[in-house]
Amino acid sequence: MSGEAIAFYVLAAIILASGIVVVSSPNLVHSAVALVPALLGVTGVYILLNAEFLAGIQVLIYAGGITVLILFVIMLTEGGTGLRVRQRNEQAPIAAAVAAAVAALFVALAGRTPWAQGAGTLPSYTPGAIGQSFLGPNLLLFESTSVVLLVTLVGAIMIARKEDDA
Amino acid sequence: MGVMPWYLEALRAVVGTIVIFSGVAVVAAMFGVLLERKISGWMQSRIGPTHVGPRGLLQTVADTIKLLQKEYIVPQNADAAIFASAVVIVPLAALLDYVVLPFGATRWGPLIFRDLNIGVLYFAATSSLIVVGILMAGWGSNNKYALLGGLRSAAQMVSYEIPIGLVLITISLLAGSLSTVTIVNMQTHLWFVVSQPISFLIFLTAATAEVNRAPFDLVEAESELVAGYFSEYTGMRFALFQLGEYGEMFAMAALAVTLFLGGWHGPALPSVVWFLIKLYALVFVFMWVRWTYPRFRIDQLLGFSWKVLIPVALLNLVVTAYFVTGAHR
Repeated sequence: MSGEAIAFYVLAAIILASGIVVVSSPNLVHSAVALVPALLGVTGVYILLNAEFLAGIQVLIYAGGITVLILFVIMLTEGGTGLRVRQRNEQAPIAAAVAAAVAALFVALAGRTPWAQGAGTLPSYTPGAIGQSFLGPNLLLFESTSVVLLVTLVGAIMIARKEDDA
Repeated sequence: MGVMPWYLEALRAVVGTIVIFSGVAVVAAMFGVLLERKISGWMQSRIGPTHVGPRGLLQTVADTIKLLQKEYIVPQNADAAIFASAVVIVPLAALLDYVVLPFGATRWGPLIFRDLNIGVLYFAATSSLIVVGILMAGWGSNNKYALLGGLRSAAQMVSYEIPIGLVLITISLLAGSLSTVTIVNMQTHLWFVVSQPISFLIFLTAATAEVNRAPFDLVEAESELVAGYFSEYTGMRFALFQLGEYGEMFAMAALAVTLFLGGWHGPALPSVVWFLIKLYALVFVFMWVRWTYPRFRIDQLLGFSWKVLIPVALLNLVVTAYFVTGAHR
């Protein structure tokens, strides 16, 4: 087995194991913390695919930013910490059946798709190309995402401000 | 990049980790703590540690050996798994920073563990992981002071990451690269501190806050929060947090040298010596500031980042971008 394949299976195992902890742990903080290895595992996959810039952004935004935000919110929410939250209810069998069906569908699709073999050589340095595509062909998408984020920001500030007036 | 078999790469990574860990533990953490105590003593008209070794030089070694022997205490009702794993994350995130810091140049090329083409971004990403460890330590201790310290740290480090990020973008724009080695090489004739003095000031201020040092040390404000997020840690675990703190401070100083003070460049002396001189000069500035200024309030601290540093850094970025695009035309 090549080193790349070993690295991929190790990373996949890390992602799956911490993913299971994220959805099954009865403790919210444990779930949030288990996100970190899962996200770092995805970073590893990006690096295997030679997407270093994306990998850096992934750690910066997701592992270092979003996780902190989630932890911050859980710790500030009264009753959110230290509780044992029940993760299952009587709908578990139905959910399992649906999940199994979707998984079967995915496996079937993946088996039938003729995966394209990468054409040409990989670019050695991607940030420039990513920037060009943001401000060129994908400008509209990029700008509408920024507007959505801006609206969210303004909304959050409005909600936070309301308590002061009352 | 030369292609090596993967097991050689893995071996190289292990050896590099050991070298970085022991180097940072000795040069940054042990010597840094001693320097801190000596400088604080000097600024307060005291002598500082004198008894162990010549002029107290071995004091931190003695302290470390003492800490190694101490008992691990886990508070009752603490979350043992989170409590124990937080100890690993903080020093690990600090040590990862050193992968992209160039310490000097030899005739075979720059002395750097790996010259990543996203070096500056990598540094920002790894240092952002420290917050996770601090939050885990604060929450896992099941102690109100630790929790308050952890929450303050999250708010503070998330706020101050933005000005640091903007400064990193400005400098990368000027150098035309995210690689730390290229950035240093662009400063052969003119250091970026001359062309970007505002960026340098923003970076130093935000870095002080990012490494939780006075006047921005609300995370571990002794008079309010005992020792903040690591109040409950004992023995070697406490020492590892100290290693993380000092490791991160030295990494920030080293990054400032790389980005603004021309890295290893300098006349006559070997490049590594120049790098260390600049590094320790900046570390001295950090310590000087710590023992000179009183602590801010948390709202002043956050307000300063959002209302002063971020707008100024943004404006600086726009002006720099204007000149850079003008030069390319």
